[in-house]
Amino acid sequence: MTKKAKAKVKPRVKMSMLDPVERGRVFSEVALGYQIQDAVSEARRCLQCKKPTCIKGCPVEVDCKSFINLVAQEEFEDAFRVIKDTNSLPAICGRVCPQENQCERTCKLRPTGQPIAIGRLERFVADNFYARNSCEEETGFMECILPDENLKVAAIGSGPSSLTLAGFLAARGVKVTTFEALHEPGGVLVYGIPEFRLPKSVVKREVDSLKHLGVEFKCNFVGGMTFTLDDLFAQGYKAVFIGVGAGLPRFMNLDGENLIGVYSANEYLTRVNLMHAYKFPDYDTPVPRGDKVIVIGGGNVAMDAARTAYRLGASNVRVVYRRTKGEMPARREELEHALDEGIELEILASPLSFWGDESHHLQRVLLQKMELGQPDSSGRRSPVPIDGQTFELEADMAIMAVGTGANRILTQTTPELKLNKRGNIEVDQATGETSVPMVFAGGDIVTGAATVVLAMGAGRLAAKEILKRIK
Amino acid sequence: MINKILKKRILIQDRVSEITIYAPHIARKARPGNFAVLRLSARGERIPLTIADRDPEKGTIVIVYLVLGKTTALLDTLDEGDAILDLCGPLGKPTEIIKQGEVCCVGGGTGIAAMHHIAKGNFEAGNDVISIIGARSKDLLLFKPELERISSRVLVATDDGTMGHKGFVTEVLEKYLQESRSVKEVVGVGPVPMMKAVAKVTGSFNVRTVVSLNSIMVDGIGMCGACRVSVGGEIRFACVDGPEFDASRVDFDELMMRLGAFRDQEKKSMELFKRAESHDQKS
Ligand SMILES: Cc1cc2nc3c(=O)[nH]c(=O)nc-3n(C[C@H](O)[C@H](O)[C@H](O)COP(=O)(O)OP(=O)(O)OC[C@H]3O[C@@H](n4cnc5c(N)ncnc54)[C@H](O)[C@@H]3O)c2cc1C
Ligand SMILES: Cc1cc2nc3c(=O)[nH]c(=O)nc-3n(C[C@H](O)[C@H](O)[C@H](O)COP(=O)(O)OP(=O)(O)OC[C@H]3O[C@@H](n4cnc5c(N)ncnc54)[C@H](O)[C@@H]3O)c2cc1C
Ligand code: SF4
Ligand code: SF4
Ligand code: FES
Repeated sequence: MTKKAKAKVKPRVKMSMLDPVERGRVFSEVALGYQIQDAVSEARRCLQCKKPTCIKGCPVEVDCKSFINLVAQEEFEDAFRVIKDTNSLPAICGRVCPQENQCERTCKLRPTGQPIAIGRLERFVADNFYARNSCEEETGFMECILPDENLKVAAIGSGPSSLTLAGFLAARGVKVTTFEALHEPGGVLVYGIPEFRLPKSVVKREVDSLKHLGVEFKCNFVGGMTFTLDDLFAQGYKAVFIGVGAGLPRFMNLDGENLIGVYSANEYLTRVNLMHAYKFPDYDTPVPRGDKVIVIGGGNVAMDAARTAYRLGASNVRVVYRRTKGEMPARREELEHALDEGIELEILASPLSFWGDESHHLQRVLLQKMELGQPDSSGRRSPVPIDGQTFELEADMAIMAVGTGANRILTQTTPELKLNKRGNIEVDQATGETSVPMVFAGGDIVTGAATVVLAMGAGRLAAKEILKRIK
Repeated sequence: MINKILKKRILIQDRVSEITIYAPHIARKARPGNFAVLRLSARGERIPLTIADRDPEKGTIVIVYLVLGKTTALLDTLDEGDAILDLCGPLGKPTEIIKQGEVCCVGGGTGIAAMHHIAKGNFEAGNDVISIIGARSKDLLLFKPELERISSRVLVATDDGTMGHKGFVTEVLEKYLQESRSVKEVVGVGPVPMMKAVAKVTGSFNVRTVVSLNSIMVDGIGMCGACRVSVGGEIRFACVDGPEFDASRVDFDELMMRLGAFRDQEKKSMELFKRAESHDQKS
């Protein structure tokens, strides 16, 4: 694109947000979404490229060009069908995909700094033209085949990978049963990502629409404990999909890490989201309310924990990250929202130990100053401690958001599943099949903690293969 | 109906009850040492309770609970015929039971119920079970007849001396270990101070000792780390790595502290619950 052409590009249509001061203390959704006029104007900025590059940036290959064109022509229902063709959870992806690394990164307009806001358009279409009929949503046809009760497939876990698989198969006449260990389906979408970013009603809508399609959800069923893979095959399931996620919280094994006041982000977010502890005592589960809060980490999870702590009344929340702001793995939008709301950053620092009072409650954190050294295997410059430079921060609460590992409860009790050395399940890349025939796996349990849309892609891949094999 | 309470037996009025729940999928899999997580209402908390017994044929599991706070008080309002909203299990690693000879099972308070399932497992594996149980007084001793059926001896201690030795179970245990040199393993389930004392006693006799830790749990499936305990200086999750651990390596003091993490909020919950209940009774 020439300089002149670049200069002519109109800026992205802004999405309205709750005011940072107003929203900083409440759990309502922050990003309010486009109105019809916003969406149409944004869609009309699209160049309708002959060789669209946006599609390649999307892990599930949403046909961005076509659906955006339909939005520009105000054919919203058709746009919805195009998206649904490859993406079964657009209302969720439009909200939580790291678009700046995916579809919007490869958009031809990106060099101008004003790529098409594909995620916002996707969310707009999904929210507003959520087809009334579940079947139509899945397939584009008014009526679905009734599931064949003898053609049974089981999904273990109910995160985005399993939900996608279930939708794909159910719409094609397969009876899918989803076994979830917790009391509510949705995986990270319900226990991890907070209400202010992904309203639980959006997730519920997706789950309900799968129920209409005949998908059965069995909660409180733990794979490896309540039932084994063999039990499922003995009950007539033709294939099994494992989507149990990477929910094992990591700690750093530092002195004082078990003090009262030090939590894993998973515990903190599970209490608040799944158990609704922010409404204590209306809900029974208690949640600690920190005043000076320190969050260790730099990803989406750290941002979610920090913003949650602020909403729960903290006077000061600091995110401690060992590299610099530019290297933070969080979605840009989330990082900016957090900063707007008043979250502070403490970059180039890493905790050394936690100190408490005589009753074992956290009081302060000792930190190590870091600097950036040589690039590591990920290409990022790795942080190295600066000799002798330590400092302390006062804190009555610290949240560890330093990553999660593979969930163990199923793999520990199912030795026949081949794992890699990090405990993730090994699969055939082309089919999603594990070392056990007719047992497939996908999502975070295979890749390690990744993204919603990648987990969905894995569910879809396995679903296609399963359909081929059982029909 | 699934999760229905088929039988309720009040063991100690307003304090301890035993419920038999219809949950065939759990009964089929439950082994000694396992626990279940339950939730009683849409706004309820998830709490772990040990599976004290099971009957795979009838499809039932037995749970014995001590009323401590809001959730257990709410559980106590349920009766035969009522169902538990969410019941998830079996969870935790089952007790490692090998045929090895004499095994000493020590239980204190409500912990006797959990200990019972482990003792029964040992009995069924062909071990010689010595049960040592203790409580504040005679009326608070649980599962004594059941234990008599499967143990070659049942030794009793009560704080007030209304039955057996006047004092702690650990004193009985120490005496027994001095007399019998054939004990292969000691299992201890009860309040943390009791388990700590058991570890101290058996440490000097060098007998393998296992305790069942009751740390605060949220999910019970290894995803939150609320239940973490220090064992041999390392972080372990009681719900998936335990709840049983080698007693000689457990940091009991830390566990005790962590159990108090939410005390203020728990108190508030209980007060509100009591107030609502007395209001209900008046109207
Ligand atoms: C706080 C947080 C914020 C995030 N933010 C984003 C974001 O903004 N954008 C983005 O793209 N991604 C984000 N992610 C990552 C994304 O949520 C995950 O990559 C995705 O959810 C993985 O999906 P999954 O299908 O593998 O399963 P998960 O969502 O991990 O769900 C797995 C489910 O399996 C259940 N389970 C586990 N073991 C068993 C068993 N033995 N039997 C039965 N059920 C079992 C679990 O209870 C859980 O419900 C975030 C993650 C977290 C934790
Ligand atoms: C593996 C395991 C097995 C257990 N088995 C039994 C049993 O068989 N019978 C029995 O009576 N009790 C058992 N407990 C303890 C039981 O879970 C607690 O008494 C119960 O959670 C108290 O809840 P509450 O709302 O009534 O009381 P609260 O007022 O909420 O709490 C009272 C005390 O119970 C502990 N506690 C609170 N919440 C939890 C939680 N979510 N998880 C664990 N402990 C908590 C804390 O120490 C707290 O101070 C077990 C605990 C564990 C971890
Ligand atoms: S699914 Fe995600 S990556 Fe794909 S087009 Fe939609 S927002 Fe972009
Ligand atoms: S690359 Fe960008 S501008 Fe081109 S079609 Fe795709 S969204 Fe439109
Ligand atoms: S209770 Fe959550 S990890 Fe053990």
